[in-house]
Amino acid sequence: MSYQKRPPKRYRFALSLVVLAAVLLCGRALDLQFARKGFLQSQGNDRYLRTVAMRANRGTITDRNGEPLAISTPVYSIWVDPGEFLRERRRWPELARLLDFDLGRMKHTVNAHADRKFLFLRRQVDPELARRVMALGVSGLSLQREYRRYYPTSEVTAQVIGFTNIDDQGQEGIELAHEAELRGIPGAKRIIQDRLGRVVENVARLRPAQPGRDLTPSLDRRLQHVVYRELNSALRELGAPAGSVVILNPQTGEVLAMVNQPSFNPHRRGEISARAFRNRVATDLFEPGSTIKPFTVAAALESGRYRPSTPIDTQPGYIKLGRRTVRDLHNYGVLDVSGVIKKSSDVGASKIAMSLPPGLLWRMFSKVGFGHSSNSGFPGEHLGRLRHYRGWKPIDQATMAFGYGLSVTGLQLARAYCSIATDGLLRPLTFQRRATPVNGERMMSAKTARLVRSMLERVVQEGTGTRASVAGYRVAGKTGTVHKNIDGRYSNDRYIALFAGMVPASRPRLVAVVVVDEPRGSKHFGGEAAAPLFGAIMADAVRLMNIPPDALLATSTRLAAARPEP
Amino acid sequence: MIRSLAIIVLFLATLSSALASIWVRHEARKLVQQLQALDEVRDELYEEWGRLQLEQATWGTHSRLEAIARKNLGMTVPRGEQAIVVSP
Repeated sequence: MSYQKRPPKRYRFALSLVVLAAVLLCGRALDLQFARKGFLQSQGNDRYLRTVAMRANRGTITDRNGEPLAISTPVYSIWVDPGEFLRERRRWPELARLLDFDLGRMKHTVNAHADRKFLFLRRQVDPELARRVMALGVSGLSLQREYRRYYPTSEVTAQVIGFTNIDDQGQEGIELAHEAELRGIPGAKRIIQDRLGRVVENVARLRPAQPGRDLTPSLDRRLQHVVYRELNSALRELGAPAGSVVILNPQTGEVLAMVNQPSFNPHRRGEISARAFRNRVATDLFEPGSTIKPFTVAAALESGRYRPSTPIDTQPGYIKLGRRTVRDLHNYGVLDVSGVIKKSSDVGASKIAMSLPPGLLWRMFSKVGFGHSSNSGFPGEHLGRLRHYRGWKPIDQATMAFGYGLSVTGLQLARAYCSIATDGLLRPLTFQRRATPVNGERMMSAKTARLVRSMLERVVQEGTGTRASVAGYRVAGKTGTVHKNIDGRYSNDRYIALFAGMVPASRPRLVAVVVVDEPRGSKHFGGEAAAPLFGAIMADAVRLMNIPPDALLATSTRLAAARPEP
Repeated sequence: MIRSLAIIVLFLATLSSALASIWVRHEARKLVQQLQALDEVRDELYEEWGRLQLEQATWGTHSRLEAIARKNLGMTVPRGEQAIVVSP
């Protein structure tokens, strides 16, 4: 065939067209496949691939018995697209009524943001209201799901638990201290959607959602309630503006209750002053006054130079030390060491302290935790102040012995009393529930601790603290009345009334410190303002904690026999 | 003869494999949707549980229980002499 040897022109022309077309097609294919791949792929993905967030809840905070103290529940924030929303003016009065808005202000706000695409109308409404708002069918209106923190115990635990801000971040208290654990980290996954927005396929899990960890503080909700109620009524009666109470379990080092006044409602924080946010137990310093005398006496007993019966002459009721005079309320005459505690004699405590080497007193105070952090991990916790004994003047040694010239927090004082309650063993303090017992560190000999404890029992039986007694239980404790130090000078008419004590004295299971700030009127002594509060709280606390009585009258411990009510 | 038979068999095999893959894909999508729905149910139940816990905590407030015990039920705290200790 001739054309096989010499193809006609027309054939070659057609062939070259075909080849050209093929080359162009290949070129286009290469262009699409390689040069413009990124652009095209992203365009395609945008049409069906979505990255969505996976929810992660903030951890729940419960008390030691699992009762909730802080829980996140879903709420809805209502937002609008102002442009679209402006066209629905007719429906506004309806909406304003439902949301309890002033119509004029709503108009003003929406008009002011007319050029934006997003405007919150109202944040965090409950699901029921959100449903009713959406049922109106106003266009331009949308919901955004958010979480809100609820605190069932509200004022009762406000300063301890703290609160979160509107974006669910911890701001105060445990919420702040354990933010890293509580916070949930939202996950992300990539999905393929169909035309109707339904999820067709999970393509990839980019980040797993990490819900926040639940926390179980050592607090007891019932105890908190009892303390809150009693503290409130006591402060009202005494006309005191502030007060705080802390209860520890000396055997485990757990904080069982911590209540401060003034308090606040964590759900409505707008109107409160920062004063109420303070967890006074951990952040506020005061001079411990007479409540420190048990440790002065413990140091004296440990030195071996004193026994409980060693006589101390407190006559004539005052003692001159340099330019200062230390005075007792009365001239107590000759007391023994336990009498110094019982009568709370400043002269006696000074005389004991002056006879000891300063290092001994300092070591005792320092060992039981004054001037150190309690390592509770609570935000804003104060270390207190205890100067090193090398800087002490002789007068300092005397004033420290009855609790002036050093300052402590309520938490530190309570912790120090734990060492008396546990026969000299001090366990690390904690806010978290402790499942297993921890070993304590020895702060004083068991013998000293027991002797001091029996002296403290006499304070409640026949000394300054009789109003702290609890029917059926042996109570040990110490009163304190401190002149407030205001701008470096001691006030004559402003006091802090203190009581530190433990129940039951035979084997203490609760240690508490009561601080009443500036009680007004005649009842400003620790024995009158703070001790009755301690007694009232403990009377309920021993019942709640199922602590068996250790001082029942012999007649009532007989065998159970049903006796009718008189 | 054998060759054409083989071609038919292979053709049918290819066709059924294609159909099977379509079917499997469809099933997978249905399951994904089911999973999605269940996820939502789980979240809702979790949230309801939270709400119920809150409600329970509110009803069980110590002060409320105490008021009911004292007022409605006429209960009192036993006095010291009324208490009888039964030691094991």
